[in-house]
Amino acid sequence: MVAELLQFLVSGLTVGAVYALVALGFTLIYNASDVVNFAQGEFVMLGGMVTVFATAAGVPLPLAAFLAVLATVAVGLLLHRLAIEPARGASAVTLIIITIGASIFLRGVAQVAFDKRFHQLPGFSGSDPIPLLGAAILPQSFWVLGGAVLIFLGLWLFLERTLAGKAVRATAANRLAARLVGVDTAKVLALSFGVSAGIGAAAGVLVTPITLTSYDVGTLLALKGFAAAMLGGMGSPLGAVVGGLMVGLLEALGAGYVSSAYKDAVAFLVIVAVLFALPQGLFGRSGVERV
Amino acid sequence: MTAASVAQPRPALAAEGIGISFGGIRALDGVGFAARAGEVLAIIGPNGAGKTTLFNIVSGVYRATSGRVLLGGEEVTEAPPERLAALGLSRTFQNLQVFFRMTALENVMAGRHLQERAETAANLLSDLFRLPGTRARNRTTRDAALALLDGVGLAEHAEAPAGSLPYGALKRLEIARALATAPRVLLLDEPAAGCNPVETEEINRLIEGVASRGVCVVLIEHDMKLVMRVSRRVVVLNGGRMLAEGTPGEVRRNPEVIAAYLGANVVEEPARPGKPPESAAHA
Repeated sequence: MVAELLQFLVSGLTVGAVYALVALGFTLIYNASDVVNFAQGEFVMLGGMVTVFATAAGVPLPLAAFLAVLATVAVGLLLHRLAIEPARGASAVTLIIITIGASIFLRGVAQVAFDKRFHQLPGFSGSDPIPLLGAAILPQSFWVLGGAVLIFLGLWLFLERTLAGKAVRATAANRLAARLVGVDTAKVLALSFGVSAGIGAAAGVLVTPITLTSYDVGTLLALKGFAAAMLGGMGSPLGAVVGGLMVGLLEALGAGYVSSAYKDAVAFLVIVAVLFALPQGLFGRSGVERV
Repeated sequence: MTAASVAQPRPALAAEGIGISFGGIRALDGVGFAARAGEVLAIIGPNGAGKTTLFNIVSGVYRATSGRVLLGGEEVTEAPPERLAALGLSRTFQNLQVFFRMTALENVMAGRHLQERAETAANLLSDLFRLPGTRARNRTTRDAALALLDGVGLAEHAEAPAGSLPYGALKRLEIARALATAPRVLLLDEPAAGCNPVETEEINRLIEGVASRGVCVVLIEHDMKLVMRVSRRVVVLNGGRMLAEGTPGEVRRNPEVIAAYLGANVVEEPARPGKPPESAAHA
């Protein structure tokens, strides 16, 4: 009983951490531009796929993972430079549609550049489950959770303490006011794309040993990360983390106690429920503006 | 005009032949002004005259369809607000652009953004780990921001969230943040709107103090008593065009100006009490 619950909780937290990372990516770009970047899932896919193919080519895993993150950051910056920046001044809806196009494009390129099969990475610390109170925990789960915690902490320190991070927060709080005090919000948006891509790629590297990867895993991850961001409140980094973990837990508990057939439906139920009951999300700001 | 500007020192801020259209509407046409360091220039005119639009062009929020803007003699017509801030132009907004979720102090500290050192890798690490250098710097920024808050009479509200401050205080907070960028030119859009006589008096002193330190102040204001007292020259706009320019005394006696003000009130809305703030539509 307890063992079963623990098993569900750990797997829920593990996949939830990945959703949280995807949701953080959404949040960063949304805060800098009101744009929901639907290519966020493709960043996760690229992280996993590049690592898979680099290790297959004989590159040691840590270096392959590093290269994958680097390559994905480059893709994120290029996406901003080639698709978002030229459309500067367009409405948020237009830019969101551009990101959907970019997502389809990246999936297409991955299909050609890599292949259409599923791929797996070996667990970073082997794949022998660790027994814990009767549950069997994959060592990779600890990698995912630990990696996610490190990324959350690093991002928090960056946003709280560095000048660039404070510029990101000022931009999120009031874009015009930020520009008035000299923040180059176009640079902040480019930075957000780079950081979001890096975070997404890291999530992809960490989770691939558990969930497998292929050219099209990004779509579902983006939708679930989006559900997580909505639940937490679009624009709130803390909300992204909490929302991600909650969606992951709901999914694991739903799959365990109800039916695994409906696992993927959980995220969509969450979106619908949030829109009905709590449109601002758990930590979202209310849309009040003083004039 | 050309001969005069050769003889006199270069204006800190000049706008020449500014025009802008929104759709088919010509909001501004051939408007210009020049203001020197340490001078207070007021821009007045009936509601809808295009004053705020002119500010939005000068501060890089809008792009003019014609004409040019010169900051310290350098052409900045196309420069975005963040670049203008770096070049020494700062402004406030009639409808407030404050970071409502930050404290008053944090708002002003954000205004010091450009005074912080460049974000090199070494500085990034120092900031991440809050090394002594970073801590000293944060203290300097904080002290400077506190001094500025004190200057606008908000020192006791330093730790209050900006969103909880009354309107008059927010107006002064925005001025303090604008001053934190160490501007050479300060644009104030209706600094005294919504302020009571005591607060207006404080704003008056504040503007004179800023100008006496050599900053060029350009303000839009409906409070004529304040305009007459504080400004050295007045530019009058009406319907997007220049109506008059001169000293406060000259402008006050100008029959066209009187007609524009009375006419606007009599023709548009005879029963309008006082002057309501302009709508955000042209802000």
